[in-house]
Amino acid sequence: MKHTTQLPDRRPVQSRNGAATAAPPPAPARARRRPASQQWAAWAFLAPVTLYLALFYAYPLYRNIDLSLRNYTVRSFVQGDAPFTGLENYQTVLDDPVFAPALLHTVVFTAVCLVFQYVIGLALAVFFHQHFRLSATLRALFLVPWLLPLIVSASTWSWMLNSDSGVVNAALHAVGIDPVNWLTSPSWSLTSVIIANIWIGVPFNLVVLHSGLQSIPASLYEAAALDGANAWQRFWRITFPLLRPVSAITLLLGLVYTLKVFDIIWIMTKGGPADSSTTFATWSYQLGFGNLLPAFGPGAAVGNLLVVAALVFGLVYLRVQRKQYAS
Amino acid sequence: MNRPARRRLTAAILTVVTVTAGASACSSGAGSADTKGAGSGTYTIWDPYPQFDKTSAWAKLLDKCGTEAGVKIKRTAFDTSDLTNKTLLAAQQDNSPDVLIVDNPVVSTLAEAGVLTTTDDNKLDTSKVNPNLLAAGQSGGKTYGTPIGANTLALYYNKAVLKDAGVDIASVKDWKSLTAALAKVKNAGKKGITFSAIGTEEGSFQFLPWFWGSGAQLAALDSDQAVSALSLWKNWLDKGYAPNSVINNTQTTSWQEFASGDYAFAENGTWQLAGAEKAGFEYGVIPVPGTSGGDAAAPTGGEFVTIPVQGDTGRYATSQKLVSCLTNSQNLLDTDTTLSYVAPTAEVQDKQVAANPDLKPWVDAVQAAKGRTSDDLGTKYPKISEQMWKAVQSALSGSASPNDALGSAQSAVK
Repeated sequence: MKHTTQLPDRRPVQSRNGAATAAPPPAPARARRRPASQQWAAWAFLAPVTLYLALFYAYPLYRNIDLSLRNYTVRSFVQGDAPFTGLENYQTVLDDPVFAPALLHTVVFTAVCLVFQYVIGLALAVFFHQHFRLSATLRALFLVPWLLPLIVSASTWSWMLNSDSGVVNAALHAVGIDPVNWLTSPSWSLTSVIIANIWIGVPFNLVVLHSGLQSIPASLYEAAALDGANAWQRFWRITFPLLRPVSAITLLLGLVYTLKVFDIIWIMTKGGPADSSTTFATWSYQLGFGNLLPAFGPGAAVGNLLVVAALVFGLVYLRVQRKQYAS
Repeated sequence: MNRPARRRLTAAILTVVTVTAGASACSSGAGSADTKGAGSGTYTIWDPYPQFDKTSAWAKLLDKCGTEAGVKIKRTAFDTSDLTNKTLLAAQQDNSPDVLIVDNPVVSTLAEAGVLTTTDDNKLDTSKVNPNLLAAGQSGGKTYGTPIGANTLALYYNKAVLKDAGVDIASVKDWKSLTAALAKVKNAGKKGITFSAIGTEEGSFQFLPWFWGSGAQLAALDSDQAVSALSLWKNWLDKGYAPNSVINNTQTTSWQEFASGDYAFAENGTWQLAGAEKAGFEYGVIPVPGTSGGDAAAPTGGEFVTIPVQGDTGRYATSQKLVSCLTNSQNLLDTDTTLSYVAPTAEVQDKQVAANPDLKPWVDAVQAAKGRTSDDLGTKYPKISEQMWKAVQSALSGSASPNDALGSAQSAVK
C-alpha cells in the first residue's frame, strides 16, 4: 500500500528529470532501435480501428453480400447449407412488380426531400446569420425535430394526418377544403411521408449551412457593399459560391440519410397502401422481416442495391471535390 | 531512456488489450449461454409476453414449474414480432431455448426450418386439446407443440349507439342485416364499424372471418366468394359506414376508436375484454356473421408451447416436464385468465365459463375458429397472407377493384 501511494509523488519528478537530462545523449541508440518499436506502435495504434472496422463494417457487409447470393429458406438459414445461386436473388428483385414503383418512389422521395431540405435550410441559415435578437433561441427551437426520437415524430405526424381524427384535416375543414386521406390514399401517401421527412431534415441543413456561412469573411460583404451590390447580388455572387463545398457535403450526407430513411415511412404508412409509398429501404425490410416467412436473400439484394447507390454518389462527390482542389 | 516512446507503446498495447478483452468478454458472454449441458440445471424459456415482469404471476408460474422439475429457469421475453427472427438466429448458432412459446402461425415456419421437435420426440401429451386449435401446430401429419391458450375475433357492439339508431342486435344475422344496421347507425349520426386493415399480418387476421364467412378458401384468393367479402368492406368504406382510417389501423388503434363511444361495432379480439370493461359503456359481443347467416369461422390467435431441437437430446425429458406443468389444467386456467385467452381444452373452457359467463360467446367462437396454417397450408400461409393484405389495401384505398386486386394477389402466390 505504502509503496504504491509513494510512487505517484516521485514519478513526475523522475520523468521530468529523465526527459531533461537523458534526452540528448542516447540519440544514436534511439535512431537504431526506433523503426522496430515504432512499427509496433504503429500497428498497435492501427489495431483498434482495424478491428472495429472489420468487426462492425466489413463482416456485416460481407454477410449481406453472401446472403444476397444464396437461396436462403428458413430451413437453410438454420442449417447453414444454403446453395449458392449467383445473381438469382437480384433477378427475382428486378422482375418483381414492386421494383419499378419502389425505384421511382425512392428517387422521387430522395430528390424532393433533398431539394426542399436544402432550400429551406439555406433560407433559414441566411436568415439566422443576421444575428437579430433571440436568433440563437429561435435557432435552438428549430433543432427540435432533429432531437426528437424518430418514433415520436413519425407517430405524431401519423396522428396529425389521420383521415378522420387528424388535426390537419380538421384545419382544412375549417377553411372549407374537403378532407384528404393523407396516409390511406395511394395518391397522397408518398407526399405525406415526404412532408414529414422534410420537416425532420431541415434542422440538419440549417446547422451545417449556418456554420458554413460563419466561415465566409465579413470583409467580402463590406467590399461588395462598397461596390454597390444589393442583397440579392451579395447572396448569388458571394454567399452561394463560397458555400459550395459546404453545400456539397450537406447534400451528400443528406442524400445518404434520405436514401436509407425507413422508420418514418414504416411507422406512418408501412410502405402502403398498395406499395404507393414503398421505397427500397422499406421494401428490403418488408422482404426480410415484414412477413411470417422471411425472404432473406431478396431482402439482402435490395439492401445491397441501396448500398451501391449511396456508394456511387459518394464517389461522384470525391471526384467533384478532387476537381475543385485541382482547379 | 526513451521513455516517451515506450510509454506510447505501453498505452497502445493497453488500448489493444482493453479492446480485445472487451470484445472477448462480449463473445464469452454470448458463449456461456450455449454451454448448457444436461447437468447444468438451468433451462431457458422464451416467451412473447414482455408485458409481464419478474413479479408477475406468469414469471412466478415459470419458476414454480422449474422448481417442480428440479431446475432453474432463465426466462427472456421478446416482442412477438421479434421472436421469429430471434429464434431462427439462435437455432442457426445452435443456441435455441429449451422451451419456446410462440405465436401459432409461426409454428409451421419454425417446423419447416427444423427448429422444433415433434410430439413423437418430446412425448408431449396433446390428447385433450381441441383439434381445431391443435391443427395450427400440425404440419405434414406431425404435431409441433401444444397451445397455451387461444383467442379469436368477434364483433363488439355498443348497446347505447344501437339503441339510439333503433337497431335490434338480434336482427343482425348475416351480412345484409349487418349492412342495414350500419346504414341505420349512420343515419342516426353515429359511426358504423371499425376494424384493422393495415398492411401486416394483423390486416389478414381481421379480414379472414369475412373471407371464410363468404365460403372462400385460402387456396383460391380470387374466387367469387373472396371478391364478395372484399367488396363488402369496400362498400362500407365507400358508403362511410367504416372510416377511411381502417386502412392504417392496427387492432389497437381500431379499438381506441371503438372505445371513444362513437362506433356501433368493432371487430376485435378476446384480449380486449379487460379494456371493454373500462370503456365506460355497455357493450355486447356477437360472433362475426357469415354471408347468409350462421357464424363465420374466425382465425385462431394465441401461442403454442414448443420444445426446440437441442444438440443434447437428454434435455427433452426435463423440458417436457416443464411444458406439462405449464399446460396442466390448473395452470392453464390461471394463465389464460391473466392473458384473457380462452383455454385450449374443453375441461378448462367449462371452468372458465363457470367462473365468468360473459366468456361464453368467446368459447363458442374459439370452438368454431380455424387456424390460419390449417388445411395443411403450413408455410404457404405467410405468402398467401401477404398477398391477401396487399389486395385488401389496394381495394380499400381505391387503387384497384376488389376483383382485380384479388386476381393479382392469386397470381402472385403461384
